Amino acid sequence: MNKPLIATTSLAGCFGCHMSIMDLDDRILQLIELIEFNKSPINDIKTLSKECDIGIIEGGCANSDNIRLLKEFRKNCRVLIAVGECAIMGGLPAMRNNSASISECLQEAYIDCVSVQANDEGLIPNDEELPMLLDQVYPCHEIVKIDYFIPGCAPRADLIWDVLTALISGKKMELSYECFKFD
Amino acid sequence: MDTKTIKSESAAITAIIAGHNNNSTDLMDILIDVQERFRFISEEAVGIIAKAISSSISEVEQTLSFYHFLSRTPTGKYTVYLNNSAVAEMMGRDEIAQTFEEEAECEFGTVSEDGNIGLFHTSCIGMNDQEPSAIINQRVFTSLSRKGVIELVHAMKNGVEIDDLPGTGVRSNIIRPGPILTMEAQPAEILKKTVSRKPEDVIAEVRAANLRGRGGAGFLTAMKWQLCRAVKAERRYIFCNADEGEPGTFKDRVILTERPELLFAGMVIAGYAIGAAEGILYLRYEYKYMAEHLEDVLRQMREDGLLGKSAVAKQDFDFDIRIQFGGGSYVCGEESALLESAEGKRGEPRDRPPFPVEKGYLQQPTVVNNVETLCAVAKIMLKGSNWYRALGTVESTGTKLLSISGDCERPGVYEVEWGFNVNDILRMVGAEDVQAVQVSGPSGTCIASSEFNRRLAYEDLSTGGSMIVIGNQRDLLKDIVLNFTDFFISESCGSCVPCRAMTIQYKKKLEKILRGNGVAADIDQMLSWEKVMLVNRCGLGQTAANPILSTIRNFRELYNSRLRKHTDFVSEFDLSAAVRESCKITNRIPGPGGG
Amino acid sequence: MSILITINGREYGAESGQSVLEIATDNGIYIPTLCNYEGIKPQGCCRVCTCLINGRKMTACTTPATDKMVVETNNQDLEWIRSTIIELLFVEGNHFCPACEKSGSCELQALAYRYRMMAPQFPYSFSARDVEPAHGTLLIDHNRCILCKRCVRWRPEPEAPGWFVFVNRGHETRIKFVHERAADFNKSLAQAAMNICPVGAIIRRGKGYDVPIGRRKYDKLPIGSDIETKERS
Repeated sequence: MNKPLIATTSLAGCFGCHMSIMDLDDRILQLIELIEFNKSPINDIKTLSKECDIGIIEGGCANSDNIRLLKEFRKNCRVLIAVGECAIMGGLPAMRNNSASISECLQEAYIDCVSVQANDEGLIPNDEELPMLLDQVYPCHEIVKIDYFIPGCAPRADLIWDVLTALISGKKMELSYECFKFD
Repeated sequence: MDTKTIKSESAAITAIIAGHNNNSTDLMDILIDVQERFRFISEEAVGIIAKAISSSISEVEQTLSFYHFLSRTPTGKYTVYLNNSAVAEMMGRDEIAQTFEEEAECEFGTVSEDGNIGLFHTSCIGMNDQEPSAIINQRVFTSLSRKGVIELVHAMKNGVEIDDLPGTGVRSNIIRPGPILTMEAQPAEILKKTVSRKPEDVIAEVRAANLRGRGGAGFLTAMKWQLCRAVKAERRYIFCNADEGEPGTFKDRVILTERPELLFAGMVIAGYAIGAAEGILYLRYEYKYMAEHLEDVLRQMREDGLLGKSAVAKQDFDFDIRIQFGGGSYVCGEESALLESAEGKRGEPRDRPPFPVEKGYLQQPTVVNNVETLCAVAKIMLKGSNWYRALGTVESTGTKLLSISGDCERPGVYEVEWGFNVNDILRMVGAEDVQAVQVSGPSGTCIASSEFNRRLAYEDLSTGGSMIVIGNQRDLLKDIVLNFTDFFISESCGSCVPCRAMTIQYKKKLEKILRGNGVAADIDQMLSWEKVMLVNRCGLGQTAANPILSTIRNFRELYNSRLRKHTDFVSEFDLSAAVRESCKITNRIPGPGGG
Repeated sequence: MSILITINGREYGAESGQSVLEIATDNGIYIPTLCNYEGIKPQGCCRVCTCLINGRKMTACTTPATDKMVVETNNQDLEWIRSTIIELLFVEGNHFCPACEKSGSCELQALAYRYRMMAPQFPYSFSARDVEPAHGTLLIDHNRCILCKRCVRWRPEPEAPGWFVFVNRGHETRIKFVHERAADFNKSLAQAAMNICPVGAIIRRGKGYDVPIGRRKYDKLPIGSDIETKERS
């Protein structure tokens, strides 16, 4: 039997959840015995080259490219998992949702902020290569259907391990209290 | 403002407070008086009030900010409160609202630039039989037309006195009077008959009549009285609940206008029966226009010796009645919230136990009875329990006043014996092509034609008295259910989590379905939330999802036909809308699909 | 007067006047609560402690026990209601746990842990709310306030009025600091207010993140464990 294929990506996140995957330490060797990575920052494969069994999403959706990528994952992954606070509820990037509009954010970041030094023309970055910012940061499950959620900021490595091994083996998992955190 | 004006303002406020003996439990009256005098309650006013009643600004604000008709910012020389109940909308409210905005040159929720006219929405004002209607500085204007509003605003712009503004006043619309609404005796006769008997016998008579509370819950009136009487206390109170806030209900309005003597007689009887020294009519602020008339009636009763020291010439029976106004809050129709409000506090329902009959107003044993219940009491004392029991059914004795509105030819008040079925009523009011009947207002139930053979009775279709007829031309979910859901959101006191927060989730789901994005699981979810709604503290919170729940149960097809089939997930995310603002800032044109 | 009350099928002796919650707690039975706090008059705002009392759903914190009362504190229905209320609170405000001083010691978060809330069944509201510098010693972060009313009911001096009030109503209800008496407020009252707040809505200025992750109140054991492990009387 072929090993299950896993793809991972980080949307509007900090890669902290991927750091948590790295935090599996030597278990990552056991993991690659059990599964095969497709697109993922871990192996630096840039594109989804085939249908995957499990997709892991870190981060919420803050721009148009996040949306595109999330939809692509949904299309190509049998099971989609939202990992971490940002994917589940927007996380720290979503702190702009309840406090400022996107124009206020850009104005502050590129023009008004005291640390802005060399922007005499008052430019706001604008290039066709750049994705467009969304009015809000969206939790992943408001964009596509999400099958499982792994909370934490970042989720503890043990929790990620438990979830992945349970999924691969098809066994029911116990959610240990100590691993289950929102921070 | 110059110092002189400020001085005269503070003198006026101080005089108002002094008129209420600087009493903190009179806070509602003080706030209402200041609101009416200045059309808002300024920071300075709050400061003066706080000092005078030995409270703090924050504590005064705590009460003040709870009530819809009390405002911390100016509401205009003319303050227009346009009813936004579902029936008002059915009767063309939108056009009226638009006309007000055009003519007054300001939007709802704001005051015109010159500070002359303020426009505000308000929940049902008890005029469903003559919508669209509005309250302007305590005066009620009914059956508003576009032309009428143009004239009205024109007059307001010309500074015409409130009493001289053109418009139609309140009509009583008694279409079918019955035993309660028929005046057969003066209060003096009824009360003399009452006090010639022992209080225990009065209670026994009411018990023998099997009278149950007409507010909706249907608790046995005599039992309530008995429980209250049995509690040892220095002082007991009888309250009449005239908060009538359930949208579509207006029968109390008619009683208060046409038969106040009967109601007050009922209060005296209840006071006599439970051993109370004071009766308090808690009247919703929307009915402030009746104040003068009601005070006149009370004055006359005092002159006739029916109120005051040794009332009804009965030694040791000192009993008087006063009117306590609310400040605009549906929840205050719940008896314990009503008592909180009467004490000058926020209208948050109390935890039970203790019940008001043990610890009510100012922690003293208190009975709270509905307007109609007390009228029935007066009639029972006049004509006896046997007479009363012969009316209605065995379990539901007597009659019921119905407030009927909506899509029918003859909206108004009907008094019928319990046991009438819905079809009879629809025929009586001239309703054809009926899609649904909303029984007992939004907190009640919405029934379909398959249930029109049900009888109005505590043992079958129980009702507080409101019936809204909804014709087939209406979009039930959009025109009615959504409006009712908004009503509950804006009227929640905010104390219990499910009432405050779940109502909003219900609305979100309903809107999702109305936009055509609902899936079958959304309906299941809404049904599952009912359990959570039922743990709210008060009956109003517990029923706040009824508009949705009862239509899911009785009109499932209306929901199903709007659902997306063959999918269990629909995202409402719209990429092009989400990137609109950032594209505008950067002068970019979003690609196909927004990306 | 001594009474007998049955909780979850077992009989316990108690004093009449005690609340169902107090009796359960004394006997090692944990009933989740949010708005209740020892020493503060109960009000039944959050509804989380709803139990089946003589067959009716009533809040344990406000219901005085009576003789022969039968209480069920825990069944699938009640637990579902509780966890749904927790979810409602999570979406009503803006609870960014990773950026909250109270994280790890927050009762709302702890209950979500206890119920293993993965993602609320409701959409987040991201409602606009203020962070208010209410006093020199105190911040109010309305984003995190769950309107439990603990601070409003709190009376550090039994005869004196409290330090917080409720303003507005419905979903616009907010807590408000009693500014008029600000001169009498101090650091230790601010600390007490912060301790009373179940979430991170009331923060003593300059305080926070002082306990390392792993040693905070609910890092190792679920909320209620202290009650459940208490020796049964």
